[in-house]
Amino acid sequence: MTTAHPMNTVLRAGWSRGVIELRQTFTNGADLVSHLLWPVLMLTALYFMRDREFGSSGLLLGSLALPSILGMNAAMGMVTMSQVLTAEREDGTLLRAKATPGGMRSHLTGKVVTVAGGLVADLVILLVPGMLLIDGMAAGSAGSWLTVAWVLVLGMLATLPVGAILGSLFPSARSQGLIQLPIMAMIAISGIFYPVTSLPDWLQLVAQATPIYWLGLGMRSALLPDAAANVEIADSWRHLETAAVLGAWAALGLALAPVVLRRMARRESGSGVAERRERALQRVG
Amino acid sequence: MTTKTSCGGVALDVEGLRMRYGTTDVLRDVTFRARHGEVVALLGPNGAGKSTTIEILEGFRLRSAGRVTVLGTDPAHADERWRARVGVVLQSWRDHGKWRVRELLTHFGRYYVPYATEAVPRPWDADELLAAVGLSAQAGDKVRTLSGGQRRRLDVAVGLVGRPELLFLDEPTAGLDPRARYEFHDLVHRLAADHRTTILLTTHDLAEADKLADRIMILSGGRIVADGSAADLARRAAAADEVSWTREGRHFTHRTGESTRFVRELFLEHGEAIGDLAVRRASLEDTYLALVREHGTGSGGAAGAGAGQKAVAAR
Repeated sequence: MTTAHPMNTVLRAGWSRGVIELRQTFTNGADLVSHLLWPVLMLTALYFMRDREFGSSGLLLGSLALPSILGMNAAMGMVTMSQVLTAEREDGTLLRAKATPGGMRSHLTGKVVTVAGGLVADLVILLVPGMLLIDGMAAGSAGSWLTVAWVLVLGMLATLPVGAILGSLFPSARSQGLIQLPIMAMIAISGIFYPVTSLPDWLQLVAQATPIYWLGLGMRSALLPDAAANVEIADSWRHLETAAVLGAWAALGLALAPVVLRRMARRESGSGVAERRERALQRVG
Repeated sequence: MTTKTSCGGVALDVEGLRMRYGTTDVLRDVTFRARHGEVVALLGPNGAGKSTTIEILEGFRLRSAGRVTVLGTDPAHADERWRARVGVVLQSWRDHGKWRVRELLTHFGRYYVPYATEAVPRPWDADELLAAVGLSAQAGDKVRTLSGGQRRRLDVAVGLVGRPELLFLDEPTAGLDPRARYEFHDLVHRLAADHRTTILLTTHDLAEADKLADRIMILSGGRIVADGSAADLARRAAAADEVSWTREGRHFTHRTGESTRFVRELFLEHGEAIGDLAVRRASLEDTYLALVREHGTGSGGAAGAGAGQKAVAAR
């Protein structure tokens, strides 16, 4: 009993919170559908792309797209994180955390576990049937899985804190929907569905500022044969640059997130939640 | 560390508390104290600033001015150790809907383990607590399937799981049906009696304050305008007793703060001529309405906070 240090308690409570909520998303109908819908849609798209060649490169569009989609999925953790935070601010979950000793840190720990765990699960759901469906992958070696691992971890470090910041800035779940638009735009130009080298130069530059592009590139580098690098910028997988850009996003996010989150947390109060509840109920009624 | 065994000690000490939003003073000069083990109701019309007051004491809102001490600490600068000694009952809406009742209580209990002391074992065992709030039968249910009354009792359980020395309840029975309300009142009584928990609750329901609290503070126009037991307040002269009688076939009524003396003088003057004498003592309700009218928000509380506060400025 005396060994329970507050910080350990907070982290352990956060972990268990994350695991419980992750389990919940796989044991109820609505959440299961959202876990499966996206992979099914993507696999359907991949199925129809599988025999189309990209230009005269000899590469199949389907095999280029599968790892890219995996990268995009990981980047979508940013959206999930921000949506979850806004929604839980609105419904009072965060206020409850604030009323509990160590609750805010633990809540955030739990969210990272839930969102990251959900991402990995979704990745597997997409990857396993994807590998069976799509030819031309080179995912046999331990090296490719190692690359998947570091790109994924660094990618989540780059996107989840930014997601948490976005989730703290939007006042309601409704206005939060707005950030979907720029993210969609980012996805469209980030070379996920079509190699980025076929875009105009200036768009290529914009794409390279986003973490989505680098996550996609990293995943392609892990799962495609080396020859496929020919359709990338500079004919290279650019691992160093990948690490640098994702690292920069991670550093920025991790530096800003505590400040923004603390400011958001300070403002939470019962009457704030009550007000949002009133507004939300008016919308329904 | 202070413990709740220091029974006569002061749990809440508020002096000159002021809260200003823009140019509107919601709280002007709120001053009161509460001792350990007391159940205090903060009563007032809608928009009087009850929630603002309780949120400042909970450490959820920063005050504009004044001194506030809660369990010996300023809530604006309180740490997690202080947080562990304070229970806040929040009005849940749809949070944690997918969690199961016992699972949620057990989870929130974990946070209090490092703050257990010899005198106060923390947390409260989840099954015991569920029994105390009457939710044992729902222990395995998902939170979103609970009825309004059951959810409110779960809110109380979450507020209590750390065995707080001080419990805040903001409008605890709003939206409950009469039976759920009755059960809730019973629960608060047991808490106060069995666990010596200090409780501060807000309500705009006079009967509820009368039923639950040792002491009632009436908040109106940004100030505490009355403070005492229900009986004290009813005796206060703010509301007049009503004396009625007949004399020579005519009916009279007179309002007075000192009905006993008035009746004595009435008989001295008219003696046998007085008939059908009735004295109706001012009820707590009369006192409350009189106080709120006198100090109050003018609009009778029906209007929003903004309009209400403006009327006060003219006083």
